[in-house]
This record gives sequence, C-alpha cells and structure tokens, in this order.
Amino acid sequence: MATVSVCQYHPGGFSFENCKRNALLEADINKLGFSSPAARKTGTTICGVVYKDGVVLGADTRATEGMVVADKNCSKIHYISPNIYCCGAGTAADTEMTTQIISSNLELHALSTGRLPRVATANRMLKQMLFRYQGYIGAALVLGGVDCTGPHLYSIYPHGSTDKLPYVTMGSGSLAAMAVFEDRYRPNMEEEEAKRLVRDAIAAGIFNDLGSGSNIDLCVITKGKVDYLRPHDVANKKGVRTGSYRYKHGTTGVLTKAVIPLNLEVVEESVQTMDTS
Amino acid sequence: MSEEMFPEPEWLSEEVKTGTTIIAVTFDGGVVLGSDSRVSAGESVVNRVMNKLSPLHDKIYCALSGSAADAQTIAEIVNYQLDVHSIEVEDDPLVCSAATLVKNISYKYKEELSAHLIVAGWDRKKGGQVYATLNGLLSRQPFAIGGSGSFYIHGFVDAEYRKNMTKRESQEFVVNALTLAMGRDGSSGGVAYVVTIDKGGAEEKCILGNELPRFFDQ
Repeated sequence: MATVSVCQYHPGGFSFENCKRNALLEADINKLGFSSPAARKTGTTICGVVYKDGVVLGADTRATEGMVVADKNCSKIHYISPNIYCCGAGTAADTEMTTQIISSNLELHALSTGRLPRVATANRMLKQMLFRYQGYIGAALVLGGVDCTGPHLYSIYPHGSTDKLPYVTMGSGSLAAMAVFEDRYRPNMEEEEAKRLVRDAIAAGIFNDLGSGSNIDLCVITKGKVDYLRPHDVANKKGVRTGSYRYKHGTTGVLTKAVIPLNLEVVEESVQTMDTS
Repeated sequence: MSEEMFPEPEWLSEEVKTGTTIIAVTFDGGVVLGSDSRVSAGESVVNRVMNKLSPLHDKIYCALSGSAADAQTIAEIVNYQLDVHSIEVEDDPLVCSAATLVKNISYKYKEELSAHLIVAGWDRKKGGQVYATLNGLLSRQPFAIGGSGSFYIHGFVDAEYRKNMTKRESQEFVVNALTLAMGRDGSSGGVAYVVTIDKGGAEEKCILGNELPRFFDQ
C-alpha cells in the first residue's frame, strides 16, 4: 500500500506484554488495602449534525475518573485536519492518542497527494486502526468535516464499525441527545437552527446523564471556515457564596513569639548556561 | 493464560451487532437481495437506517449480518481484492470468485470473526447465483437466509419458494419474508432495502416501514 504513516506496522495485533506485570502489581496493591487508579473515561455526550452548508459538532466538557469529576472543562473536539474535526467518547487517553495519530498520518497523506484530505479517508484510517485492535482501544468517535465532495458525518465504534448518517450521537448521554435529534432534525437546516439543535441535544445529555456535565463546546465546519466555539454555552455556572467563613485577623491571640535566624553562607556558586536559541 | 488476567472493560460487552434479517433469492435471469436496517449495541439501536446490502462489484452484492465491525471489514477487504482481480483478468469477476474470497477470510479467521455474509450477483457464465458463506463453508443455493430474524421465517421460505419465479414475484417474496421476520424479531426492523441484480445492472430500492405489506396483526 502506498500510504506513508508515522507508526510502524505491528504484526499480530494488540501487545499483551504488560498484562502479567499489571496483574501482579494489582495483587500487591490490593494486599496493602489500596486500589489502583482507574482509567479516566469521558462519560460523555457528543453529537454531530449535517446542515445546509456544512457540519456542526457538539460535546460536553466533563471528564470522570470513576465517580469523581477529574476535569471540569476538558476539550473533547479534536483537530484532525483543517477541514475535519473529531469528537471522542470512551477512554480519554485512547481518543486523544488515536485522533493525534490519524491527524499526523492524514497530514503526511495530504502532502503526498497534494490535496485537502477527505472525510472518508480519515474514516477509513480510523476504522482500520480500531478494527486491528479488536475493540481494546476504547474510542467511540464522531467524525465530521467538509471536503470537495460536500459535508460528511460518520460515527465510529470501538470495534471498528462505522455509520454514515445525517445526525449521530455517542457516549453515555447519547440516548438523551438522540431523543432531541429525532424530534427536531430536518434536512438542510440553516446554521443558527443547527447550532441550536446541537446545543439542545448536548444540554439534554448534560442534565439527564450523570457522566456528562459542565459546558457545551461547538464546532461549526463549513467550506473554507471552521468556528471552534469553546465554550459555546456555560450550562452550569458555579454558584456564588453568600457568606464568608474566614476568621478575622486577631481572632486567635498570640501568646509567645520566637525568631531563630538561620546563618547560611554561600559555599560554591556555579552557573550553567542553557542554549535557548 | 487464565481469564482473571484480562479484566473485561465494560464497553467491550456492548459490541455493535447487526441483529438482522437478510435474504437472497435467484430468479430466472438474476438475483434479488433484501435486508432490514437495524443496528443494535446492547439494547439500544445505534442506526435505524443502515443499508446492509454492500456492493462488492457492479453486479455482485453481499448481505451483512453478525458483528457490524467484522462484516463491514470483510466486505471492504473483498471489495478491494475483487477490484484488483477484475483488473488482472480484464473482465467482470464471477460471483463464484467473490464468494470464494469471502469464504477464504471467513474460514481462515473463523475463531476471531463473528459475521455471516451472503454473496449474490449476476455474471455472464452462470447467470444469477446465491452463495452462503456461513462459518467458512461455500455453498451455492437457490436462495439463502441469514441473521437472527431468519429463524422465524425458515418455515415460510421453505413453503413459499418456487423455482423459476419472475423478477416481480421474487421481489414480492423477499419483501414478504423480510416483513414477517421484522415483525417477530426484536433485533430486526426499520426499513427494508431490496437490490435486484440482472444482466442490465443493479437496482436499489428502499421500502419504508409504512409501505411494507400488512399481515395478520392482532
């Protein structure tokens, strides 16, 4: 195949070398009474819609680690190429790295062909990589963009199957978001209506799913222009405290005060210049 | 290596499947393929309009069932291999060649894959043909059904199929079979896609839910 790619081809699928070591470490840690840290997931709502002039992608901004919110404002809409963006749900590290790898390979491919990359190309690369890892890479993606053949939207599942549709949702809040889409989607919407629809779909996911929350990010892709609106809507503002629990200065009386000076003298001084050119 | 070494991530158990009904029938002069359009992951439907009839070549189609990722990948690989093959022989490929390519992958990776493809099409040598490739077997049949919904219509197709039907009768047969299966199988539903392949090429049709024939529904 004539594709130039950054990664080396790994024959034989997923490498299980570290699993035995991980199991032993896990057993040791459990004996001491601790639990090993869980992989950070983006229990998420992501969605996309094709409208008259292009594609609107939307995502919430909460990253969870078990039952704790690890990041209140993480960015789930990843850059693939100037005209293609990808939302990611599932394991945060997997979506981050997968989209970065494909973005890199796609840039090399575009330099090789001399053309703006197509969404179908990005879709093929992503699905072939995810299929090669047989679902062990937990990345569920919504890929959207505009190329010379028009606007396209794909949903890509961790096992490597893809669907090409006019509107898609993914993540733990996908059912809530899909309910909004099924009610209000029309073909060939205007930009404002499409943005409102995506915003409402993500909001449905944020308010009805425990794994999604915080703000709504939007990404509007049209021919020749990308609007990355982060945040588009701050759906959850932090409340303002009405009182203060701070103690006034002087509340605690000072009984004694002792000052001990530490006599330090400079023994040796060496300066290393760093090449910062 | 024991099972405890590899704790299963939870989304692994929610693989995307095309719990499906697919059917392919030969008639005098070609074939008719039909499928439903439902793709499920666990208990939720992730795509209600998926076309499971995938072109392998101009006059050869395959019907997908089982795991969506496995089926899509096999279809795409065989599409590529058939393209190369038809350039090499400088002619349209035989349906038998397409079915053999699918069978080779299904058999070699039998333990890892869980997809069943029915290959059907028209070529100059033998006209309309239908091949079943379940589990790596290659079997030419007058008609074939597959997918989870097919269990409900085995009796129907065995009773109603007749040799040498016309194009119109085969299309009706396929639509009736799909309707009955979709009516009883929870994992099949949506719209019905029908592809008719004969000497002149392939003709795709989509029949919406409310246009399907009505059967006893009390």
